[in-house]
Amino acid sequence: MPGIATPPAPIVPPPAAPPTVAPRTITEPSPPQSAQTGVWIAIGTICMSFAALTSAMVVRQGAAPDWRHFQLPQLLYVNTLVLLASSGTLEWSRRRIAAVSVGAPGLVPRLDGLAGVYLTLALGLLFVSGQVIAWRQLAAQGLFLATAPSSAFFYVFTALHGLHVVGGLLGLSYVLRRLRRVAGPAPQIALRAAALYWHFMGALWLYLLVILATRV
Amino acid sequence: MSQPTTVAAAHHHAPPQGFLRKHVFSLDHKVIGKQYLDLALVAVCTGMVLSWLMRFHLAWPETPIPGLGTLSPSGAAGGVITPEYYLALMTMHGTIMVFFVLTTAPFAGFGNYFLPIQVGAEDMAFPRINMTSFWVTLVAFLVLISAFVVGDGPPLSGWTAYAPLSAVGKDAGPGQGVGQTLWAVSITLFCVAQLLGALNFITTTLDLRTKGMSLARMPYSTWAWFITSVIGLIAFAVLMPACILLILDRVAGTSFFIPAGLVISDRLQPHAGGSPLLWQHLFWFFGHPEVYIAILPGFGIISHILPVFARKPLLGPRVLIACLVSIAFLSYTVWGHHMFLSGMNPFSATLFSVPTLIITIPATIVTLLWIGTIYGAKLRFTTPALFCLGFVSVFVSGGISGFFLAQPSIDTYLHGTYFVVGHFHFVMGVAAMFGIFAATYFWAPKMFGRMMSETLGKWHFWLTFIGVYCVFMPMHYLGLAGNVRRYSAFTDDYLKPLIPLHRFITVAALCTGAAQLIFLFNLIRTRLRGPKAPDNPWEATSLEWSTTSPPPFDNFGGRPPVVQHGPNEYGTRGAAGDYVMQASPQSAGPA
Repeated sequence: MPGIATPPAPIVPPPAAPPTVAPRTITEPSPPQSAQTGVWIAIGTICMSFAALTSAMVVRQGAAPDWRHFQLPQLLYVNTLVLLASSGTLEWSRRRIAAVSVGAPGLVPRLDGLAGVYLTLALGLLFVSGQVIAWRQLAAQGLFLATAPSSAFFYVFTALHGLHVVGGLLGLSYVLRRLRRVAGPAPQIALRAAALYWHFMGALWLYLLVILATRV
Repeated sequence: MSQPTTVAAAHHHAPPQGFLRKHVFSLDHKVIGKQYLDLALVAVCTGMVLSWLMRFHLAWPETPIPGLGTLSPSGAAGGVITPEYYLALMTMHGTIMVFFVLTTAPFAGFGNYFLPIQVGAEDMAFPRINMTSFWVTLVAFLVLISAFVVGDGPPLSGWTAYAPLSAVGKDAGPGQGVGQTLWAVSITLFCVAQLLGALNFITTTLDLRTKGMSLARMPYSTWAWFITSVIGLIAFAVLMPACILLILDRVAGTSFFIPAGLVISDRLQPHAGGSPLLWQHLFWFFGHPEVYIAILPGFGIISHILPVFARKPLLGPRVLIACLVSIAFLSYTVWGHHMFLSGMNPFSATLFSVPTLIITIPATIVTLLWIGTIYGAKLRFTTPALFCLGFVSVFVSGGISGFFLAQPSIDTYLHGTYFVVGHFHFVMGVAAMFGIFAATYFWAPKMFGRMMSETLGKWHFWLTFIGVYCVFMPMHYLGLAGNVRRYSAFTDDYLKPLIPLHRFITVAALCTGAAQLIFLFNLIRTRLRGPKAPDNPWEATSLEWSTTSPPPFDNFGGRPPVVQHGPNEYGTRGAAGDYVMQASPQSAGPA
């Protein structure tokens, strides 16, 4: 169980403040260390789902000569940059908030750290909107879900990824609310978990983009 | 992760006050566990009634069933079941039993209630996700059941929903319209619920173990739920997208699973290019591990309960864990043995046959460990112990027929016959049910604070044990005689001589079903006014017996236990008797 049992090293060094030293100032909805484990497990299962869909696409492409190649909307590449940028802003924000709380565990984080989370939310929404516009561009070309197997997989992949991104946005909004209201290390560890999920959304999108660009 | 967490996390929600929060939308894993078990009870009663209807029709196809005509005027006009309605009953029976009973009760139900207590935690890692998981499961069940009353009836394609007939819509028969869509939506929701549940189980096991509860000291039932969660996390993650693709084929006009030129009901289907085999691969990649999702909790429950009544440590606990892990791994390499006749390359059949035969090795080792545990033991023949022995018996009986089916050359003949029906009902259906019964009799004192009647329990065991052998053993002979499954009546000349045996099976099934009323009566009476249970009536070692019966809201009354021993300290010299509890500070001495 190495992948799940042992949370791999975080993408960035953990905050200097140990997570459990600060006294709890408010009841916590979940134990702090579990959020990270939960996200790693969720990442595992999401990977499995998309692996299944990828294998389905490979099989379906070989099953009949009706695969239809089409040009991906250029907007997708802009959306990719937006999503990657949002990962950057979240990471900046996370480090900033972690740095502020060193030595002062009871302190509510400074607003400039939180600004990065707001920016991430905005960029995330922009990404989702961009994906919807990309759909509309394809639809304008007459490429719908049922037009061809390639377009079907395109819509399935982007829709499922989009849903997971929306889930990430909701989670991030929740973490933001807690960051603003709750002192102590718990919201920051929740932020770490949310950031991990958010970076994974970016990585997953890069994978899907490569798959779509090479096969569709 | 082999080091235990120093202290279980503090309880993260206060005890609820209102009725709704306490009993309905509860965040408490114990309430949620009981909710799962109650749902499974409703589901198993529904599934069993469906099987009675099918069995009655198979034995006396012309005889009307009173009242059925009113319930389903189209499917059973005048009370006589049509062939299509027979398939609908069969589909619903299989789906309800596999998903909402065999997955829900031993894994989600007992796992929810006892996994956190057994690791010394106060609740699951994510109580809100836990509650969501149950309610999504309930909605999935209601969506499935609604197929009886909505649209054109329940679907006909069996619990495996083979494409393309499951994908083309109402041309494929009554129930293949709205009913099949409801089926796919229900299973998608069920997958979501189980993924959320598995996430909780794994996180709780990894992160919330109390001080001293190393992985090596975890009870075997916890190990089994943990490993089952990992299997589920991978299996349901594949079934869910498969069901989404199926729904899209049905409602959005895509062609993932529907080939070109398909004519059904004299109508050329407006789809092309899909692969029906793709559905089979995706389904069975989930479907075979699902068998282990149903049975592994039973393995854990039996391994947990048997030493309690043998008053001996379980033989080879590390071997047991190694076997469970290898079964989990191998379960992902054998799905093709369900598809030997699907037209796949015969070399692929060999490839899938070999791991199928290999997986019998850890399964056999586990069985030998159980038998070795009771060898020479002064067994206490309580009802849970009897059901454990019954589990071993039916698991071996069903497992042996698996050797035959694992070989493509023999399976070519036996595939699609009653031999397969007998095999899987024994090995995953009845065996898992015996695990559920053993767990219910064993843990009822803890869950309800009351003892179940031993006399009624023993009557229930013997009638059920004899009954299931009368029902499922003859099915092997039927299969060898070439009796195909999924036929609603046997009108061919070569099948007519087998009808008396079918009648025997039907009578046995009705009697075995009636014997379950004893269980129901016992269970309901216990919950209402059974004799009060002590904290540790069975003299067991694991943490759930260190707390009160039933446990307080936070499981251990605000004092998380500190674990000193493994769960296997039986036949030793302890302060309380021939056992040492996991949280007991004393050291275990020789007996």
